[in-house]
Amino acid sequence: MTTTTPVEEDGVKRRDFLYVAAGGVGAVGTAMAIWPFIDQMNPSADVLALSTTEVDLSAIDEGSEVTAVWQGKPVFIRHRTAEEIKAAEDVDVATLPDPQADEDRVQNPEWLIMLGICTHLGCVPLKEAGDFNGWFCPCHGSHYDTSGRIRKGPAPLNLAVPPYTFIDDGNVVKIG
Amino acid sequence: MSFEPKNPVVKWVDHRLPIFGMLHHALYDYPTPKNLSYWWTFGSLAGFMLVVQIVTGIVLSMHYTAHVDLAFNSVEHIMRDVNYGWLLRYMHANGASMFFIVVYLHIFRGLYYGSYKAPRELLWWLGLVIFLLMMATAFMGYVLPWGQMSFWGATVITNLFGAIPVVGDTIVTWLWGGFSVDNPTLNRFFSLHYLLPFVIAGVVILHIWALHHHGSNNPTGIEIKDKQDSIPFHPYYTIKDLFGMGIFLIFFSAFLFYAPNYLGHPDNYIPANPLVTPAHIVPEWYFLPFYAILRAVPDKLGGVLLMFGAIAVLFALPWLDKSRVRSARFRPIYKQLFWIFVIDCVILTYVGGKPAEEPYILIGRLATVYYFLHILVLLPLVGLFEKHKPLPASISEAVLDKKPAAEGASNA
Amino acid sequence: MLKMIKSISAAAVLSVMAITGANAAGGNIDYKSVDWQHTGIFGTYDRSAAQRGAQVYREVCAGCHGLELVAFRTLTDLGFTEDEVKAIAAEYEFVDGPDDEGEMFDRAGKPFDKFPAPFANEKAARASNGGAYPPDLSLIVKARPGFENYLYSLLTGYEDAPEGFELPVGMNYNAYFAGHKIAMAAPLSEDAVEYSDGTKASVDQMAKDVTVFLAWAAEPKLEERKNMGLKVILFLIVLTGIFYAAKRKIWSDVH
Repeated sequence: MTTTTPVEEDGVKRRDFLYVAAGGVGAVGTAMAIWPFIDQMNPSADVLALSTTEVDLSAIDEGSEVTAVWQGKPVFIRHRTAEEIKAAEDVDVATLPDPQADEDRVQNPEWLIMLGICTHLGCVPLKEAGDFNGWFCPCHGSHYDTSGRIRKGPAPLNLAVPPYTFIDDGNVVKIG
Repeated sequence: MSFEPKNPVVKWVDHRLPIFGMLHHALYDYPTPKNLSYWWTFGSLAGFMLVVQIVTGIVLSMHYTAHVDLAFNSVEHIMRDVNYGWLLRYMHANGASMFFIVVYLHIFRGLYYGSYKAPRELLWWLGLVIFLLMMATAFMGYVLPWGQMSFWGATVITNLFGAIPVVGDTIVTWLWGGFSVDNPTLNRFFSLHYLLPFVIAGVVILHIWALHHHGSNNPTGIEIKDKQDSIPFHPYYTIKDLFGMGIFLIFFSAFLFYAPNYLGHPDNYIPANPLVTPAHIVPEWYFLPFYAILRAVPDKLGGVLLMFGAIAVLFALPWLDKSRVRSARFRPIYKQLFWIFVIDCVILTYVGGKPAEEPYILIGRLATVYYFLHILVLLPLVGLFEKHKPLPASISEAVLDKKPAAEGASNA
Repeated sequence: MLKMIKSISAAAVLSVMAITGANAAGGNIDYKSVDWQHTGIFGTYDRSAAQRGAQVYREVCAGCHGLELVAFRTLTDLGFTEDEVKAIAAEYEFVDGPDDEGEMFDRAGKPFDKFPAPFANEKAARASNGGAYPPDLSLIVKARPGFENYLYSLLTGYEDAPEGFELPVGMNYNAYFAGHKIAMAAPLSEDAVEYSDGTKASVDQMAKDVTVFLAWAAEPKLEERKNMGLKVILFLIVLTGIFYAAKRKIWSDVH
């Protein structure tokens, strides 16, 4: 190089700028290139397409329950008796670990529809068991009531309610 | 230059396991001849492509199913449903071709500049081992989509081993895990296709170790004599290689995004059918020269031996080439022979993709004969009789001599 | 470097010639060439042609050919509405189950289903088609040399066999089929379907439409791919330019 001192200074600035630009643009490119490698592990299009399940309710008698599968997870569909509904509605919401009124958990009080996954660590609770005649999780002893609300034990939250709608004059429920 | 870390954590680790020091020597200090041309970029690019293939491959295997009933559809599942699956699969499929393009250029660069000569014979051998492992890996990878070309390619190539006298059939049955290419074959190919790239990575480390022991060859073929001749790898060659990589990635992208099936074969979009052979089966383009040599011999065992021989003779190259001068730049006759050899390889590629009929059979035989003639006869002879041009005293002298003539050419 | 570019380009040209020559082998027929809207760097699928083509597939081809890799839900890519997709899916019956009694049952197709194969298996397909096996069409455009042009040529290539051509019973003459003997009778005839958009359903029109539809079926991510390619390459050009400038600067002190 045949540069004199003042130009040399300019040269240094230009060089620093080029280093920053090369590093910066290169880093941005690398970051963008990484995204497809991460996103490929997310649910694929065919998995997402299977995200609804329809269940015929007419075959479920009062006081009985079926377990449907929605997105690979168990969904409890319980046709509740009048007794169970009353027990669920009579609870003082303020005393609950995760306060929620029964009416906020059902669209039609006869049908309790919720994910059968214990909010503690993901086991499937047993029906008609536990201190509150609801569900009982055998893994670590969480008790749920007839509305699926946590009453006793380590689970922090009530059993989750999935999005669903009644179709076909209320004879079929579409989950998801 | 010795490595003296400032960061206390680096210092602590390096005192116990000098890994940072090692990397520093390999990637920063490594004294590199200052006159390397862009032909030397293909070494780094080959390493880069190995990483691309391993990363895309690991990701694809998360969605691929190695079973004859499911493999084809699992690839289509990747192409249609998996997020960016089409991108990853096309990257991997075209990446294999890109890897071979880069490695072939790397090998021919070595041939031109005599990079295989003492003391770099083992470096050359390790490179050839990488090349062989790449061919095995690429072949088994091509079988995985379980299309027609996959299946029939697997059948033909495994049958090559049937040419071995006495035990041939036993070996082929063992390779297949049955009496034809079937599910056991697909499963073991998947397993080995996953394993071999890591073996390649291991050999690459040895290859670089051997390279750094005596240092890189360079366009003059003269060893580094003093400090004037070399520059540190970083930043000079890191930036030069990055620029080369940018150009290469544009080339790669052109295929990946605009002609992703150009280097493939339509028949591989037909699910494998063990009862119907496609009318014209060809291997992937990077195997065509060897395929041409295989077909040049009208004898099963002879063809197979000659094909493997074509690679085996490359191992003997350091001893076949008698010339004391490395670079073709100072070897006027070898330079011409080199280019004829390149053209011969292109002809072999062309013939390998043509049906086995005249005139291709004859051309293929002539080209095969010339391939061996070049390596086994011409190369030793020319080394004995050629009168080379005067060699410069050192790398810096060669560079300074060139400067006034090539104004603006930064470092040819 | 100039010299190197020269050598690389020469080698590239030679290699491309070698490979192209190699790949062209086998298919020596010149197919009719159509200027498809989806080819080229910016090409996108002609939505209305593809929709008409879907109709041709459903009403003409689907009797013998499956499309087993294509899910109904993906038809929205071609501009079909969700309701149209549901209606198309419901045209097909699927075996599902077992139900609570352990029985398998039939149900109407849903968007997440894929176009079914018309026959239970290859043997059944051959039995119904005089020994010939109608291939699944999901990848047909990518699985034949000549691609779109091949399919279009084949569909419009039915002619009377030339004088002296030996045509076995049950076979038809096609100018573009390998060996010219094809078991499939000419599938398209004038007004074989009635297009709702008023397009005249000529054989040529239907052949083009169904080819566009099947090109999409074979390569549904084509538009996404080209779109991303443009951005990636522009980005790489900028990045490479910066690398080049940095390289010049860094190397400027090497004598």
